[in-house]
Order: sequence, then C-alpha cells, then structure tokens
Amino acid sequence: MSILEKELEEHEQLEQFMARIEAGDKIEADDWMPEEYRIALIKLISMHGISEIMGALPEKEWVPKAPSLRRKLGIMAKVQDEMGHGQLLLRVAEDLLKPYGKDRDDLMQDLFTGKLKFHNVFHMPAKTWADAGLIGWLVDGAAIITQTNMLNSSYGPYSRALHRICAEEVFHAHHGESIIMALAEGTEEQRQMLQESLNEWWEALLMFFGPANSDTTGSSKQDITIKYKIRTSTNEELRQSFFTKYVPRILSLGLTIPDPTLRFDEEQKVWIYQQPDWSKFKQIIMNNGPRSQARLNLRRVSYETNAWVREALSAAAI
Amino acid sequence: MTELNLTTAPENKEAVVSLLFQLADDDFLYSFRGSEWLGLAPHIEEDVASSSISQDSMGHAAMFYQLLEELGLGSADSLAHLRPAKERKNCILVERPNGEGDYMNVPKFDWAYAVVRNYFYTAAKKVKIESLKNSSYDPLAKVALKINIELYYHLLHWKTWFIQLFNSTEEARERMQSAVDRVMKDFGDVFSLGADGEQIVRLGLIEEEKVLVQRWKAQMKPVFESIHLPIPEIPSRTEANGRNFEHTEDLESAIATLSEVYRLDPAATW
Repeated sequence: MSILEKELEEHEQLEQFMARIEAGDKIEADDWMPEEYRIALIKLISMHGISEIMGALPEKEWVPKAPSLRRKLGIMAKVQDEMGHGQLLLRVAEDLLKPYGKDRDDLMQDLFTGKLKFHNVFHMPAKTWADAGLIGWLVDGAAIITQTNMLNSSYGPYSRALHRICAEEVFHAHHGESIIMALAEGTEEQRQMLQESLNEWWEALLMFFGPANSDTTGSSKQDITIKYKIRTSTNEELRQSFFTKYVPRILSLGLTIPDPTLRFDEEQKVWIYQQPDWSKFKQIIMNNGPRSQARLNLRRVSYETNAWVREALSAAAI
Repeated sequence: MTELNLTTAPENKEAVVSLLFQLADDDFLYSFRGSEWLGLAPHIEEDVASSSISQDSMGHAAMFYQLLEELGLGSADSLAHLRPAKERKNCILVERPNGEGDYMNVPKFDWAYAVVRNYFYTAAKKVKIESLKNSSYDPLAKVALKINIELYYHLLHWKTWFIQLFNSTEEARERMQSAVDRVMKDFGDVFSLGADGEQIVRLGLIEEEKVLVQRWKAQMKPVFESIHLPIPEIPSRTEANGRNFEHTEDLESAIATLSEVYRLDPAATW
C-alpha cells in the first residue's frame, strides 16, 4: 500500500469514527480509534483510576479514628468502594494500553515518577474528622458532578464503569452528609471543627474542577475530550453546577462560605466568586502540594515492601 | 437446654460478660490491624478483598458490644472506645503491630505476618463460632449463626494466600516460616477463656479450651501436610494472657488511635 493510500484509508477510518461518535455510538476497546482519542482516554482514565486509589489515602487516615462503631463501618465501606473504583478504572485503562505493551506496573511507575498525575484535591491534608466528612460530602459531591458529565462518554467501557461508580458515589455523598449533619447539629466545638474544615477546603473544592481555560497552566485537555464526546461540559460549567447545588445546602447548615464576594448574578445567571490561587494549583499538579510527596511515598513504600509478594505470586502462577 | 438465668445468678452474668468482652475486643483489634493495611496491600484487588474482611470483622465486634450493651454494661460505643488497655480481654496476637512504622508514616508492613496471623486467627474464630452456635446463651448463639456465614469466605481467602505463598519463591517461604514462628509464639491465649474459664464452660456458653484447640489442629492438619510442615505447637504460656487483662504496650497506642475522636467528647453525637 502506498503512503497516499494509507493516508486515504486512515482518513476514511477517521471519518467513519467521527460519524459513529456524532451518532451517539459507543466505541469499544477493540474498535479502531484515532491515536489522539486513545491517548486522551488513557490519560483521563488512568488518572481517574489512580486518583481513586490515591484518594483513599486521606480518608484512610480517619478510618481507625472514626468516632463510633457505626462511623467506623461506614467509612471502611466507603474507602473500600474507592479502591474498587480504582480497580475497575485501571482495568479499563489497561485495555487501552495493550497496543503499547504496557500494564499496571507501568502505571504505578508512572505515578512514582510523576508522569501520571493524581487528582489535585487529594494532595491536601485531612487534619480532622470534619475533613473526613467534608471529603465524603463535598469532594464526592464534586466528583459526582464531573463524572455525570462523562456518564455518556463515547467510550463504552468508561461509560459503563462510570454508571456503576456514580451509583456508589451517591451513597458516599450521603455518608459524608450524615457525618456533616451530626457535626452541624452538634456541640459548639463540633460546629467549629466543621467551619474550620470548610475554610480549609473551599479553595481546593474550587480547584477541583480545574482552571476555566488553558491560560492558567498552558494546556488543557477540555477541547479534545469535548470534540470526541468524552465529556460535554467545560470546567467552568461544572464549577457553576457545583455552586448551584451546594451553596444553598452549605448555607442551610449555618456555615459561612469563606468568600464574601460569592453571589449569584441574576442578570448573567452565573455565580461570581473569588478565584482560587491558581499558582497553588500549578504547584499541586507538579506534585508539590502540601501532602503530594507524603502520599506518593506511602504508595511507594508499600509497593517496594510488597515487591516479594508480587514476585511470589507470579512464580506461583507459572 | 434450659434458658440461662442471668438476673437471679450474678455469677452467670459475669461469665457471659467475660466471654463477650473476649470476643468483642478480639474482633475490634483484629479489624483495626486490618484497616491499617487499607490502601497498602500488595495489590489493589487484595485491598478491596481484605478491607471487606476488616469491615465484616468490625461488624462482628459491634454485634458483640451490642450484646454487652443489652446486658446493661454501657453503650456499645463507649465499651469499644473508652475502656483502657488494662480492662481489655483481647488476645495479644491481635494487638501486635503489622510491622515497622505506623500506618500514617512509612509503614513497612509485613504481608507474610498479616497472612499468617489472619489465617490462624480466622481458623480459631471459626472453631469458636461453630461452638458458640450451640451456646446456652441464646442471643450469643444467634449472633454466631450470622457471623458464621461470613467467616467461610474469610477463611477461604486467608487459606488461599497461606498455601500460595508457602508454595512459591524461596524468599516467600522463608518469610512465611518466620511469620508462623512469630504468630505461634503469641498463640497461647487465643483459645484461653481466662480466669472465668471454668464458669464459662460449666454454663455451656462455649466448649472448653482443650476441645477447641483439638478442632483447630485437626482443621490445620491437611493444610500443613500440603506444605510439608508439622503443625506448630500452641504454647501453654505466652508473654501475657490478654484474657486476664495482661497486655503489651502496643494495645495502648492502638486504643489511643481508635478512640482519638470519640474521646474529644464522648457525650456528643458523632
């Protein structure tokens, strides 16, 4: 086949592919897909998967400390779900990685070297029990918003995984909300603990959705993911949905949102708010956030300490 | 069997309470050690599986503490969180740390120790729960019935790991052997019923230690044969007998972690 013929064929494949996507078809793991699409999916899904796993760490700190038997059971179940989501997503990513001869071990190595990022929100410290509750309520709440945005993703395996994950995330948000409600209706100290937690996490919650455009970090995957119908809304649209859903709920608990400029502009129909310090965001995504290295180190140490187990398992499999 | 009368015979109640504390404290600490592994297991699939086991075990502890609450000993939460180490009746095996370091900083946990401890402990628990299904204390027999179903899977899980690691690399076998030695050294009080043992057995709450130990050995025999090792002897004495409130310092730090938030305000609703 000449180069020209090959180019023509690829052009045709791409046209057919785009036509399928436009028609709302689902792309499956073994279907032809453009390299750009595959790479975008690998980045997105492996980051999502590894974030679920790294995201278990801040909450895990509070699992043994949860303040009642019921809360201990609840948070144990929740963190276990997160690990389960990580597993589900990494399997989807592994299928996409096959043509490159890569597997989970490569993903772990990429995490350790910083090539594979984990979500910016999980670089923050969880200092109190209220933080554990807030993560369940608002971080999972934010996650539901971004994941719902991709629920009908053009990539079938991801879309199916997200359907399952979102169903469980709803339980998580209830788990978090229940912890928060108990604190909000509790003693003066409990309410104070909750307010401090909100103050601490507000900026991280805004950063959760990422910058509005590529001006902040120099690049953004939003355009590609929207073009291929992997997602529908922009980062800013998602952040606005978060305000709409959660600002009234936060205020109804008698909490103060640490942004005096926050208001809904009736004319423009948008929330006006104080931008987070995006230079912090840039630091975080370079793994220089407050807990970035400590959490990576936890993973690294456990990976190294357990190396003999993986060796033993592969020996037993032969 | 006639119903056990606890209201007119305080010594009967004492025996029931003593046994319930042994069972509750065992699972509470066992689950804690398991939950410290959360996110750090050898692979993600195992993390999901073993955290499910820790969760079940915390559920079992909660059921036992609930039975104590129903006997008027105080709320299940305060029994679990507020009792100091010197009032605990768990065996010392479950209070031992998972390895060097703690779960927050550089935890160099030992998976071989985890597998052996979890397998031997679960096998012992299964023997006890089978016996408790016929306990003269009906509420306990009912709880045993519920727990028994979940234990089947726990046991299968740890047995699979145990055999697999013993039958793999030389390094794995060495690590496993060393873990067996360490676990067995602490195994002396696992089946002990403590100072109230005689009364506990006489009332038919559970069968006697000797019988339970024999069943455990019989259960372990084919497994040890398959890895070509003799069944290790259960020591008659251990460093401490947890059933009689003797513990190591590791229990104190474990309880401090477990109750850190609860102790901020035990009267508050969390």
